[in-house]
Formats: sequence, C-alpha cells, structure tokens
Amino acid sequence: MARVKIKRRRVSIPPKATLAILTALSILLMILSFTTDLIPNILGNIAGYTFQPFKEGLTDVSTYIGGRAEDMRKVQEVLSENSALKAQVDELSQKNDMLIEDRFELIELRELFELNEEYSGYDKIGARIIGKDPGNWYSVFIIDKGKNDGIKDGMNVIAGSGLVGIVTKTGDTWAQVRSIIDDDSNVSGRMLNTSDNLIVYGSLESMENGTIEFGQLSDPDDEVNVGDKIVTSNISDRYLPGIAIGFISSIKKDPNNLTKSGTLTPSVDFEHIDIVLVITQMKEEPGLP
Amino acid sequence: MRRLIELFAIFTAFLLQTTLFQHMSFAGIVPNMMIIVTCVCGLMSGKNDGMMTGFICGLLMDIFYGDILGFNALVFLYIGYVNGSVNRLFYPDDIKLPLIFISLSDLSYLFITYLLRFVLRARFNIGYYFLNVMLPELVYTFVITLILYLPISRISLKLGGFERESE
Repeated sequence: MARVKIKRRRVSIPPKATLAILTALSILLMILSFTTDLIPNILGNIAGYTFQPFKEGLTDVSTYIGGRAEDMRKVQEVLSENSALKAQVDELSQKNDMLIEDRFELIELRELFELNEEYSGYDKIGARIIGKDPGNWYSVFIIDKGKNDGIKDGMNVIAGSGLVGIVTKTGDTWAQVRSIIDDDSNVSGRMLNTSDNLIVYGSLESMENGTIEFGQLSDPDDEVNVGDKIVTSNISDRYLPGIAIGFISSIKKDPNNLTKSGTLTPSVDFEHIDIVLVITQMKEEPGLP
Repeated sequence: MRRLIELFAIFTAFLLQTTLFQHMSFAGIVPNMMIIVTCVCGLMSGKNDGMMTGFICGLLMDIFYGDILGFNALVFLYIGYVNGSVNRLFYPDDIKLPLIFISLSDLSYLFITYLLRFVLRARFNIGYYFLNVMLPELVYTFVITLILYLPISRISLKLGGFERESE
C-alpha cells in the first residue's frame, strides 16, 4: 500500500463536461446512423483495418491449438486402425462401384428436384466467420469478406443448403451478417408443398430448443403438417426465392381461428457454422434504388 | 502511459470477447469483458478515464455488431461515469467494491438493453429473459471478475495504472 503514489493531474477537463460532450456525440451518432451511411462507414473501415488481422490470427490460433491436440490423440488411434482398415479396403472398393452407380442416380434425381436447381445457379462467394456478437442478446456475426470482395448490404447468406441470414453492414474487408435466428430477424417464407405464405421470426426464447418461430400462415384445409419444408418466399423483397429455411416442428391454430403459427427447425446448424456462402445476386425490386 | 494501457486493455478485451470467449461459452452464454474493463478503468482512474473507456468499448460493439451506432456507447459512457465517481472509495487490494460495481453495472446494462430493445418489440416475458440471459451472464461475469481481478489490478498497479481522482 505504501508504494502507491497518489498523483494529481495538472490540467484536467471537468468530468461533467466530458460526460456532456460524449453524450451529445453518442446521440449525434445515433441520429446520423438513422439518416446517413457516411459516418458508420468511415468508422467501420478504420476499426475494421485495425482489428481484422488480429481477429483472423486469433481464430487461426484457436483452430490450430484445437487441431494439434486432436492430432496427438489421433496418431495412436491411427496406428491401430491401420491394419483393420487395410482389410476393409477390399470390401469397400467393391461397394464403391455400387456407390458410383448410386451417384449417377442421385444426379438424375437432383435435376428433378426443382429447388436445388434454382439456387445452384446463383454466383456465390465463400467467407469465413471471424467473430461473433459480444453480448448474449443477438445472433449477429462478422465474416472476412467485405466491399473489396464485392459484398453489398442485403445479400443473402447460406451455408450448405439452408438460409443463414442477410448482410446488414459492410466494411472494406468485413461484413456483418444478421442470422435468421436473431431476435430482430423476420423472413417472408413459403410452404414448399402448398405454396402458402408465412413469416419466419427469429426468437431468443425458442432458440433454446433449437427452433425458431413462424406465424401468419393461412391454412384453412389443414394441409400443412409437422415435417413440411419452408423455403423463402418469392414475394420477399430482400430474400431470393426458394432457399430452404427449415422444417416445421410444431404447429397450432392462432386464437383468431384464421391463421396458424408454430415453430420450425432451421436447415442450418447454427451452433457449428464456420464457413458460409454469400450469394452475390440480389433480389431486384422495381422501385427500389 | 496509463492511457496506453487502457487502450491496450480495451483492444485485448474486445478481441478475446468476440473470438476466444465465444468458444468458451456455457450454454451459449459468454461473460461481459467489456463491462469488466470499463468498470475497472473507472474505479482505478476516475470519471474521465471511465467515460473514455466506456465510450470506446461501446462504440466498438456498435460498429461491428450493433445496428444503431452510439447506443452501446451511450450506455457504457454512463457506466464508466458512475464507476468513476466511486473512485475515491476504491483501494486496489479490495475486491469487494469492484465485484459489487461490476455486477451492478452488468445488471443495469442488461436491463437497459432488455427495456429498450426487447420490450419495445413486445417481448414481455421478463422471467424467461432474466433466467436465461441476464442471470447466467451476471454469474459468469462475476466469476470471471473473481478470477481475473487480482492479477489485473497487480499488473496495472505496477505500471502506474491507479490514480486517485482530484477534487
């Protein structure tokens, strides 16, 4: 304790003044972020260039450490497995022939499957997730591609074959993606089998069970069942049509007796995504700039 | 020199928070490092430093992850100010005051976020949000403070990070 020197600052701005100035600055920023994109863009780029290398590095380090530990453990297993595997090779090469046959069949079936054909034609850019939302309220993440790679606000993001979210903010080298499970997210969807429209809401509350919510489905003839597939709707002004969102896991009638709501399981495993695809083609709406 | 240490602390906390800590989450909940940094800076060096740290922390969160620029900055600014104003009661070796103030700050941050960003969108189930988001984050932040506080305060004391605010 005795070593602690109590210094006195020579010149200092009174704290109340700093408080007033910074409060005014924050409110100004809020107003600006509602009215113009300029200030957020400048700040975003400055911060992006500062943090990007470190974020990528740290993500690499975490992955590397995880990978090395895995390697050490695996060497032992691999040695013992090697002899057993050799015996399997003969058996498998025979099976392989059968699988090649199956594969051609699969290609044929895919061609029949209208949905897949629809979005394998879009141009996509692969991107890596390099950071996640610091708080616990939202499901927003940062990817390592930005304006310089041709990413724009409003582009759809998919992983595997399902919808992940939408690009909501871009810097030169990074972009912010709001996932469909985020509490703030609304997606206009369509039942694949009956073509009825509905709205898919992200929900913090039901995400605990691995589901999100949907509502405003009009289904007077009870044709929609648990397990039916939901895709993005063609009347959405932000999402391209026909991208898989998920499967219905529960459904109930609303108190108004006209519409139905319930929960759905997303096609994408949001706990374990690290690579996403950004579709560079955007939904074009007449009248929108 | 003190300013440099504070900047370094913000930088490190933000990076760890958004990368490494996301891998260490329990049931999807991560501790709030940004609150810890803001509170510790405020408690150790007074209102001005607390405010600056809070403002920068909040702004960083807004730039990368928020949608309204300046919202978190404003909340963190006031958290820094409040913590800075108890600077005179603070002794570096005493862990009780930081624990109390970090928890209170985190709780008020969570409540403000809930009130302004969720209640306004008609998400009224406060019991659920309290038990599943606020309480776990609070407990996790409390535990992290308990573990990290003494090493951090020792180091910053050595580097001259502690300052009693003058009247």
